[in-house]
Amino acid sequence: MTDGSKKHAVSHIQRKLIPAYIFLIIVSFISVFPLYWMFTAATNTSLEVAQGKIWFGTYLLENYKNLTAQQDLWQAMGNSFFYAIVQTVATLLVCSLAGFGFELYHDKGKDRLFGILLLAMMVPQVATLIPLFTMVSRLKLLNTVWAFIIPGIATPFMIMMFRQNSRNFPIDTMEASRIDGLSEIGIFFRMYFPMMKSTYAAAAVITFMNSWNAYMWPRTVMKGNSVQTMPMLIANMSNGYAVDYGMLMLGVLFCSLPTIIVFFVLQKQFAEGITGSVK
Amino acid sequence: MKKKKGFGLLAKQEAAGWVFLAPASLLIFVMSFYPMVQAFINSLKTGSSANMKWAEPLTKNYLRMFKDKVFMTSMGNTFMYLIIQVPIMLILAILLAQLLNNKDLKFRGLFRTLIFLPCATALVSYALIFKTLFSNEGLINAFLKGIGIIQENVNWLGQSGTAKAVIIIALLWRWTGYNMVFFLAGLQNIEYSVYEAANIDGASGWKTFWNITVPLLRPVIVMTGIMSINGTLQLYDESVNLTNGGPSNTTITMSHYIYNNSLGQGVANFGYASALAMIVFVLVAVLAFINMKVGDTRD
Repeated sequence: MTDGSKKHAVSHIQRKLIPAYIFLIIVSFISVFPLYWMFTAATNTSLEVAQGKIWFGTYLLENYKNLTAQQDLWQAMGNSFFYAIVQTVATLLVCSLAGFGFELYHDKGKDRLFGILLLAMMVPQVATLIPLFTMVSRLKLLNTVWAFIIPGIATPFMIMMFRQNSRNFPIDTMEASRIDGLSEIGIFFRMYFPMMKSTYAAAAVITFMNSWNAYMWPRTVMKGNSVQTMPMLIANMSNGYAVDYGMLMLGVLFCSLPTIIVFFVLQKQFAEGITGSVK
Repeated sequence: MKKKKGFGLLAKQEAAGWVFLAPASLLIFVMSFYPMVQAFINSLKTGSSANMKWAEPLTKNYLRMFKDKVFMTSMGNTFMYLIIQVPIMLILAILLAQLLNNKDLKFRGLFRTLIFLPCATALVSYALIFKTLFSNEGLINAFLKGIGIIQENVNWLGQSGTAKAVIIIALLWRWTGYNMVFFLAGLQNIEYSVYEAANIDGASGWKTFWNITVPLLRPVIVMTGIMSINGTLQLYDESVNLTNGGPSNTTITMSHYIYNNSLGQGVANFGYASALAMIVFVLVAVLAFINMKVGDTRD
C-alpha cells in the first residue's frame, strides 16, 4: 500500500466518523457546561449570575468573605474531610478482611452467609432510618463521627468487590507464607494488603466519594453547625428567601472541589471502583 | 500424632476465616437486617419514639396509605422518573460506550473523561447547580429570552410538569456517564474478532449493534438496570434540594415523603413512615427480580 492510499483510507474512516464526533462534542459540552458555569458563577455577583453572565468575574474574594462570614465553611469542610477519611479507613479494613475471609477460606457455610449478606443491597435507606436513629441515640452517639460512619462501615458492595478481586491472590502464596511461619492475620497484613493495593485504591476512592456525598443520614444524626457536613451546609444556604447566587455557587464549588480533584487524579481507580464488583 | 496436628492447623485456619468475616457480617446484621425487621414491626404500630402501640387493626398503616393522596402522588412521580429516565439513560450510555469503543476514534480518552465528569459532582451540589440554572432568573431563562424563544421568564421549578422535566434532565446529566463506564468495561470484554467477522459478513453498523453488542452486553444491562431502578426508587437528594417536592408536593419522591413522615418537618409518625418504607422495599425487590428474570430468559 502506498503512503497516499493509506492516508486516503484514514481520511475516509475519519469522514465516516464525523456524525460520531459531532454527537460526542455536543454530549461533552452538555456534561461540562454546568460545572464550568459553577466556576464562573462563583466569581460573579448575584445580579451578574441572574443576568446570565457566563464568563469569569472579579467578585470571587467578595463572595468568599460573605460566605465565610455567614457560614462555618471551614468547620464544615473539616468535618466532611474527617468523617470521609475515618469512614474510608474503617470500611476498607472491615470489608477487605471480610472479602479475604470469604474468598480464601471459603466453604459451604461461608458461601451461604455471603449470599444472605448480599440481600442487604435491597434494604432501602429510608426503611432503616428510624431504627438506626433510635439505636444511635440510645448509644449516645448522636453528633459524633461514629454516628456518621457506623451504618456504612460494612456494605455488601464493598465486601463483594474485595471478594471478587481476592481471586487474583494466589493460593500458593498463602501456603508458602504459612510454611514461613506467618500467622493467618500476618498473611493478611504482610502479603494480601501489599498485593491488593490497586483494589484498595479503587475501594478508597469510591468510599470517600460516597461518604463525602452522603446527605440523608448525616442530616438525621449530625445536628448543629459544629458537626454539619458540606452537603448540609450548602443545602441550608439555598433555603433562604433571598439567595445570593454567586455566594451559593462558591459554596457548591467548595463542596464539589474535593470530589472533582479526586476524580481527575484517580479517574482510573474511580472507574475501576464503580465497576469493581462486576468482573 | 502428625495427623492430629494437621487437623488442628486446619481447624485453626477455618476459625481464622470466620474471624475475618465476622466484623463485617455482624455489622450488616445489626445495621441492615435488624433495623429492617424493626421497621416491619414498627409498621404495625402507631405513634412515635417511646410511646408506640400496636395498631388497631394491625394493618391500619397499610390501609391508610391507599387514601393518602400525597403518597399516591409520590409513588406516581417515582415511577414516572423511573419509566422515563432509566431507559433514556441506559440507551444513551450504551450508545456513547459503543462510539467510544471505536479504535479509529480520536480523542477517546478526552471524550470519556468529559462525559464521565458529572459523576465527580457531589449530589447536593449538582441539585443546587440545576436549581440555580433553572430558577426564575437563572441562565436557562436568560438564554431562551436572548434567542427569542420565550418572552417572559418561565417558572421551571414552580410548575409541576416542567419541574419534573428538570429533575429528569438533572438525573440524566449526573448518571449517564456513570453507566457508560460499565458498558465500556463490558465492551472491552467482547473480542474484537467478533466485530471483524460481522464486518466481513457485511452487517451494517446498526445490525452489529443490535445483534452482537446488545446481546453480549446483556449481563451489564441487567446489572445497570437493577442499580438504576434501585437508585430511582430511593431518590431523595434531588427531590429535597431541587424542588423540595414542590410545587405543593407534585414532584415529591417516595423516599422524600417517607423522610418527612419520619424525621422531617411536621408530625413524626414512625409507624406510618415504616409501613410506607415497606412498600419501597417490596418494589425494589420485585423490580430487581423481574429485571433478572427478563435478562435471563431472552436466550
